[in-house]
Amino acid sequence: MSRSSQRTTRVGPASPTSRRAGALDVDALIDDPATGIIVCCGSGGVGKTTTSAALALRAAERGRKVVVLTIDPARRLAQSMGIEALDNTPRPVTGVRGEGHLDAMMLDMKRTFDEVVLSQASPEKARQILANPFYIALSSSFAGTQEYMAMEKLGQIHRDAREAGTYDLIVVDTPPSRSALDFLDAPERLSSFLDGRFVRLLMAPAKGPAKLMSAGFNLITNALTRILGAQFLKDLQTFVTALDTVFGGFRQRAQQTYSLLKADGTAFLVVAAPEPDALREAEYFVERLSEDDMPLAGLVINRASPEPAGTLSADEAMAAAERLRRAEGLDGSVGTPVAAGLLRLHADRVRMVLRERALRDRFATAHPQVETVVVPALAGDVHDLDGLRRVGDLLAAGA
Amino acid sequence: MSDWGKVRLHVVTGKGGTGKSTVASALALALAGRGKNVLLCEVEGRQGIARMFDVDPLPYQERRLTTGLPDADGGRGVVHALHIDAESALLEYLSMYYRLGRAGKALDRFGVIEFATTIAPGVRDVLLTGKVYEAVQRNSRNKNAIDYDAVVLDAPPTGRITQFLNVSNELAGLAKVGPIKSQSDTMMTLFRSPRTAVHLVTVLEEMPVQETADGIAELRSAGLPVGGVVVNLVRPRDLSAEQLTAARAGSLDRGALEADLAAGGIDVSADLVDGLLQEAADHAERRALEDSQRALVADLGVPSYELPQMAGGIDLGGLYELAGLLREQGMA
Repeated sequence: MSRSSQRTTRVGPASPTSRRAGALDVDALIDDPATGIIVCCGSGGVGKTTTSAALALRAAERGRKVVVLTIDPARRLAQSMGIEALDNTPRPVTGVRGEGHLDAMMLDMKRTFDEVVLSQASPEKARQILANPFYIALSSSFAGTQEYMAMEKLGQIHRDAREAGTYDLIVVDTPPSRSALDFLDAPERLSSFLDGRFVRLLMAPAKGPAKLMSAGFNLITNALTRILGAQFLKDLQTFVTALDTVFGGFRQRAQQTYSLLKADGTAFLVVAAPEPDALREAEYFVERLSEDDMPLAGLVINRASPEPAGTLSADEAMAAAERLRRAEGLDGSVGTPVAAGLLRLHADRVRMVLRERALRDRFATAHPQVETVVVPALAGDVHDLDGLRRVGDLLAAGA
Repeated sequence: MSDWGKVRLHVVTGKGGTGKSTVASALALALAGRGKNVLLCEVEGRQGIARMFDVDPLPYQERRLTTGLPDADGGRGVVHALHIDAESALLEYLSMYYRLGRAGKALDRFGVIEFATTIAPGVRDVLLTGKVYEAVQRNSRNKNAIDYDAVVLDAPPTGRITQFLNVSNELAGLAKVGPIKSQSDTMMTLFRSPRTAVHLVTVLEEMPVQETADGIAELRSAGLPVGGVVVNLVRPRDLSAEQLTAARAGSLDRGALEADLAAGGIDVSADLVDGLLQEAADHAERRALEDSQRALVADLGVPSYELPQMAGGIDLGGLYELAGLLREQGMA
């Protein structure tokens, strides 16, 4: 099948819809002074971190004052930006061209959590909380804490930037969540935990009124003691009681950050790879974002197989390679001509491109409103500013 | 002969996007030779197994999934599947080990089940691994259950795997005594024994290989047994070393290529030849990257296995093909 025939309009039930959003104009997005926050989300392994860094660098080199916030524990951004270590404060990236500037920071989840506790509780109470084994586990391993803290840090940087005028664009790389829910629901989940019936029950004895010590509660504490041991319950109770005073603050901040995400200056970019799993996750993100009225700017499809040149189809290429192989066998000459190898490679590439295009088309048919940019895979790895610039060029070239 | 003959629990991890679920499925098929029963488990709530094998979403219940890859003489075993979720695992655990009666219902009513499975740190992982442990180490409490020859776990990604398996550590400081503490210690005994192997899936790119090396170091320092490295999505080898060098240098013989293409019955145009040469250069660059990363994988000091990139994507037949390759290379 040649490329021209692939493009022929098909009539019938399988014909694609014509009402599709166009290409995503990345430069228009990052140049728009109204864009204050860009959140890159998507499943793990689709190149979110690289995309965020490339966008941030491009925006900076086009004159904006940018900070990029990354959460990835593998410190990949640190490597790709040539920075030894990123800590919880933004550090300037050297080698940025032009008038703008770029800072980068790596989120330290536990430190961010500690800072929130320290800022909300009295020193004595804070000390109690920080030493509690439940707090230690919650602040370092609770699925969702990372997401919550990323949003918390985003809120902080945004407030500081507005007061001091340090940045006019914040690019956020989100944690590689197991699902979209982890990222969007983390603040909600944390506050619902703090509001939960179980937690209120746990706090009840400390708060006094004996009437709350219901028979049901005794049953539960007895069961938990049997399974987990008495110390577990005691630690939990201490933790919950100690954290009580800062709960109000947490909830309020979670709410503020949530509103910030919904505000006009924010743009969500969903990042995916042209694979069924990654696109399914992307679909999920797109649906969640629109359900929650979050401003979705578009979809970035990374690592697309590069389009083959010319119109030679996979079948033609394979047939020719086969003819060459057979001719080879007949005249008994040694070595396979490079042509046969190249034809097989070409056939593979065409097949891959067709499969990816079918996946993208399916997505576009289901979500015709989503503007998309397709970024071809680079043959090598990205690990320096030049590599990021190249990715930035490819991101912008889609428009 | 399999490299992992003594292993009962195969844990398959890998960086996102490297295809760890595909590899876990292929490994389960490869392990299910004549008369063998293999269980394939997933714990991340994605229903990846159901999608891969094109069956209805899996419940919290062992289901017969398919037959394994046939042996040389045509004998084949059975692959079963189980989708483990923390909530069901907790309820099953409670009914297996405690007669809680009214308290059990109260736990649910007061949101304790939800608390334990979503919020309480560490508990979720303990519940998930606990069920995997139970499937490997069947005991008399679970009557009529199948005794599996091997259990394959499609595990969380490399970044989380050590934390996920290191259950007694996760609970340390939270539950210092009590039955759950001693049970998690028993689980650790299995996870640290030669009957467990943690396999890591990677692709031949810098960051995934780096993450694999980090993951191996972490597993080792936690005393968890490292299995093999499965190198996935390897590019086809259609060009010889000399041809690759020439392609990279841009010194492939254009005239000879044109003549051969014509001999193959193709209408030769300048565009086509330019395109093929460009593709050759891209491919050669990619292969050079693969070679340098392959050397790093070899230095990891664990057995490695390679699986090709499939241009048309992976379907059920493709899974069996990959299973055959794993078996040929001695992984199963």
